[in-house]
Amino acid sequence: MLKDQDRIFTNLYGQQDWKLKGAQARGVWDNTKDLIALGQDAIIDRMKESGLRGRGGAGFPTGLKWSFMPKESDGRPSYLVVNADESEPGTCKDREIMRFDPHRLLEGCLVAGFAMRAIAAYIYIRGEFVQEAINLEIAIKEAYDAGMIGKNASGSGYDFDIYLHRGAGAYICGEETALIESLEGNKGQPRLKPPFPANVGVWGCPSTVNNVESIAVAPEILRRGEGWFSGLGRPNNTGTKLFCISGHVNKPCNVEEEMGIPLKELIEKHAGGVRGGWDNLLAIIPGGSSVPLLPKSICDDVLMDFDSLREVQSGLGTAAVIVMDKSTDVIRAIERLSHFYKHESCGQCTPCREGTGWMWRVMQRLVSGEAEVEEIDMLINVSKRIEGHTICALGDAAAWPIQGLVRHFRPVIEERIKSRKANKAA
Amino acid sequence: MSQVIETGVAFEFTPENVKKAKAFIARYPEGRQQSAVMPLLDLAQRQNDNWLPKEAIEYVGKFLDVPYMRVLEVATFYTMYNLKPVGKYFLQLCRTTPCWLRGSDDLEAVCKNKLGIASGETTEDGLFSLLEVECLGACVNAPVVQINDDFYEDLNAENFEAVLDKLAKGEVPPKGPQIDRINSAPEGGPKTLLEKTGGA
Repeated sequence: MLKDQDRIFTNLYGQQDWKLKGAQARGVWDNTKDLIALGQDAIIDRMKESGLRGRGGAGFPTGLKWSFMPKESDGRPSYLVVNADESEPGTCKDREIMRFDPHRLLEGCLVAGFAMRAIAAYIYIRGEFVQEAINLEIAIKEAYDAGMIGKNASGSGYDFDIYLHRGAGAYICGEETALIESLEGNKGQPRLKPPFPANVGVWGCPSTVNNVESIAVAPEILRRGEGWFSGLGRPNNTGTKLFCISGHVNKPCNVEEEMGIPLKELIEKHAGGVRGGWDNLLAIIPGGSSVPLLPKSICDDVLMDFDSLREVQSGLGTAAVIVMDKSTDVIRAIERLSHFYKHESCGQCTPCREGTGWMWRVMQRLVSGEAEVEEIDMLINVSKRIEGHTICALGDAAAWPIQGLVRHFRPVIEERIKSRKANKAA
Repeated sequence: MSQVIETGVAFEFTPENVKKAKAFIARYPEGRQQSAVMPLLDLAQRQNDNWLPKEAIEYVGKFLDVPYMRVLEVATFYTMYNLKPVGKYFLQLCRTTPCWLRGSDDLEAVCKNKLGIASGETTEDGLFSLLEVECLGACVNAPVVQINDDFYEDLNAENFEAVLDKLAKGEVPPKGPQIDRINSAPEGGPKTLLEKTGGA
């Protein structure tokens, strides 16, 4: 188990003062000036060496992403945009950072923003997080008043502003180009890439969109050393990570753990185990609703990191672990997710707009059993016509949970159809 | 079948909200005032009993010098803008899988049996409106209902009824977990962050 001394988010449960004084007592804003004095290139190199991969779901190397930003301005300013539109079902980690450790995020904005030569950061927070936005606003004001940000931020000689922008209820705005559209005051509909945001982002300017957790851990990585971070976890899957454990466990919770912790250990040590014991486990969605579920046989020994979960045809995603015990109607659990994607499709691409509704209607019939067995293959076929055929990954995200369900629970679906037919005949 | 309701009553920001609106606009680069459409719609909604009539949407467009249609597009795209009146207490009941696994159906039944409303409906006394929503992002404290600005967490039929009873009496029940628990720490107390790490 990860030692407390290696944990970054030491106020995860909000037991301490979340304001400036409390944050400083936890080491936030400690010699931030020295971190900036390292210089842009050194910061990016160290971030690359730390092995940090983006914590918003895709796992793209953070340092590498920062390095895509222009080193010399062509007259346009650059921006850091923080993706705080946390909406992936199962995921509730950025919320804790924003309400209980907002200064950690702000310090990260300054350091990351400096490294990518941005003049300001815009934090895009989901609209439902009202209290979290209030805390962040207070923290931003505190940081300005104390000289941490603004002109000559933290005495570094660098000017840097931070602004908050509240969303208004749209999962799609967690997609980086939809988020940029929304920040510009438009409907949140994703843009075609290229051009990538690092060339043409918000207001036509170079921009980098990073998840809250990725930004919030950056100063601590630089302070403690990239070697400390890369020494935790496994190669290519380094560091610590916030895990959200929900569903059928005895004690659902958030916890910061080492990357690569066995899934079973994570649940038993931190979440009080599966309701009714490990043998009562049916399946787990290991990384937020978009990744395929895993049956118990795989959960028994899989490790919680990007590469291990990819090897079993799932993913770490946001590290949101949704646990389902044997009492679960697993078809219904996935049907609920299909409804989610239908509801959240922005409507721009036809395969997603029409396909998510189509898949949800078939899923409803699979729940009741009022279907033909052949329709299972038809559903998979349709899911493959959506996957990869849309501007953004929402189409893929709608297809994968269904594909995972059929891959691991086809007999359950078939059985329901057959027993429905038998009941009808009787 | 217009999506927006025209009330025939003019809308304008209070002097205090004009100040706030200008502060929002100042957050964005010059000439990019359209970026303030979302905060201004939110401001208008808060001033207008938590919903947006056509007049408010038009007003925000004029305030920002943005065509009405651009503002309407935003007002109809995002789910948090209410385009019809809602009750004093706006209940947003999360129904996505993590909440469903932990009993959101029971909460829906409470709304039906106790308040007599289904999703999209308002009680006759105008006190409660219910909307089934997708993931609210507090999944380890499921099931969750957002009431106006606040999250009520770790609900079950019993404690949810207690929350509703208090609201009906005009009291404000404490938000957050409705069971004995510290925020998102496991029930029974944290198992990590027990060593003194400074600042405690």
